[in-house]
Amino acid sequence: MSQAQPTAPAPPDPGPEDATTTRVKAPRKRLGPRDRAVVVTMVTIPTVFVVGLVWLPALGSLVLSFASWSGIGGFDTIEWVGGKNYQDIVNIYPPFWPAIQHNIIWLLFLVVGPTVLGILLAVILDRELRGSRLYQTAFFMPVVLSLALIGFIWQLFYSRDQGLLNAVLGTEVDWYGDPDINLWAVLVATAWRHTGYIMLIYLAGLKGVDDTLREASAIDGAGEVKTFFSVVFPVMRPINLIVVVIVVIESLRAFDIVWVVNQGRNGLELIAALVTSNVVGEASRIGFGSALAVIMMVISSVFITIYLRVVMKDEEAR
Amino acid sequence: MIVGSQRTRGPVVTVIVALLALAWVFPLFWAVLNSFRDYAYTSENGYVSLGGWTLANYQNAWERGNLGVHFWNSVLITLPAVALTLFLASMVAFVLARFSYRFNLALLGVFLAANLLPPQALLVPVFRIYRMIPLPEFMSDSGQVLGSFWGLIAINVAFQLGFCTFVLSNYMKTLPHELYESAMLDGASVWRQYWQLTMPLVRPALAALATLQTTWIYNEFFWATVLLQDGDKFPITSALNRLRGQFFVDYNLLAAGSVLVALPVLIVFFVLQKQFVSGLTLGSTKG
Repeated sequence: MSQAQPTAPAPPDPGPEDATTTRVKAPRKRLGPRDRAVVVTMVTIPTVFVVGLVWLPALGSLVLSFASWSGIGGFDTIEWVGGKNYQDIVNIYPPFWPAIQHNIIWLLFLVVGPTVLGILLAVILDRELRGSRLYQTAFFMPVVLSLALIGFIWQLFYSRDQGLLNAVLGTEVDWYGDPDINLWAVLVATAWRHTGYIMLIYLAGLKGVDDTLREASAIDGAGEVKTFFSVVFPVMRPINLIVVVIVVIESLRAFDIVWVVNQGRNGLELIAALVTSNVVGEASRIGFGSALAVIMMVISSVFITIYLRVVMKDEEAR
Repeated sequence: MIVGSQRTRGPVVTVIVALLALAWVFPLFWAVLNSFRDYAYTSENGYVSLGGWTLANYQNAWERGNLGVHFWNSVLITLPAVALTLFLASMVAFVLARFSYRFNLALLGVFLAANLLPPQALLVPVFRIYRMIPLPEFMSDSGQVLGSFWGLIAINVAFQLGFCTFVLSNYMKTLPHELYESAMLDGASVWRQYWQLTMPLVRPALAALATLQTTWIYNEFFWATVLLQDGDKFPITSALNRLRGQFFVDYNLLAAGSVLVALPVLIVFFVLQKQFVSGLTLGSTKG
């Protein structure tokens, strides 16, 4: 499923244990030949999966992006065209720029709307509040549903003839069909899920913030808002970075919900949907689709790098 | 420790949060409510009404959507994929946590980054590779990996390995090292240290990850949609696309179908919420 999963390092909270015990690394005792073979096997088989089904295909996409190929004949029917696919995408492929625009709107909307709301809810629910657990459950519930299903369920609101929205507003809008509106309709449905997700990640992060920091700030006479921005938020830097990465990757990967609604056409063009329709659609244009895929990869690799640096830094410190 | 009024929220905030929470529950509530209503009644009286209660939508949705087949497909894909993911991830995690080889960090990076790549970016080559690899008839009707559950399970495993490896290796690193030293003195092989010593100790993490992965893979939409070409083989999440056509005119039927599809994950959510949440946040605590 397209779900950027967080493996967020806790904010720097040097507990007594971490501070005093440096990990005793395993002494490099020589393993017997049998044990060595076992270790090699244990690493190799999973690595074959990841390299064979993720990294080699990624490389394959890159190579094929310089080709023109219908995908029907053998490899000898591949024609190498250099950067032509990229030129065509930018210059003469009508849905490309709308898709880029939609992906950017998607990102901005997720940041300004559900991400901020999710963080706010986490901060509120982190403190004592009657029924806090119940509220957490409510916000978190949509997270277990797939975006495909969410798009499906929200038809009950958005349908022109039978939807709740038109019944209440007295309008006759086709919320999923009208190309001026449908992107926003889909985004609201996405936000329903995204908010709880961010809330949960942030809540976990807040639990790791040392309470004495807050107390010290309160003693200094700082209000809660000021305490958050001057003390809590900076300490949460790793979590904040992870949230940024998750939001970017989710926006870039957005696919399921628009595919369920109308296969990413007519106002709902997104890069991921364009790649898919170029490859599995009627006219399969392998090289062209690959070039689009490479554009996605290049954008995502920037954020994957940020992510790895955050996580690995934490890892090395252990 | 700050106690009393400073730690609690005022009534205004409480009311706002409560209203928001109600709004959050509403979409599912609405779906459940209308799934029990008769189409003839709602089309005459409108949706903003009450009455016309029936159970027929569920039976109809089940039969017309062929949901039994799709649910079974989901089971056949999800269970092996989760089991295989956890098995493979725990092996790598064990090596990463137990030994300090120079390649450890790089290996973890290779696994973790794979987890975040957009799946669409790999579509073309995976699609081609799957079409080229033949499978015997009894394993795949299509005679190739494309269109078979095998291929779908494999790609799901490949994508989920990074996250699980990361979480499990962090968890394993918290196990006391003396454990292995005494095991070594007893002459326990590496495999025994992994299978009989480590695995029972990481059961909590495995349970949490199993819950999470079952939900994720059940919800997986993209790969199933593009790799299984025959609609009858679709797991339930991918089948939604087809159900849309089936239920098009009758939104109460659509509501019943949605509730049925949501039911397994909602049950997981309510019964195993703790596992689910800790699975998501396991990476964020140091074990």
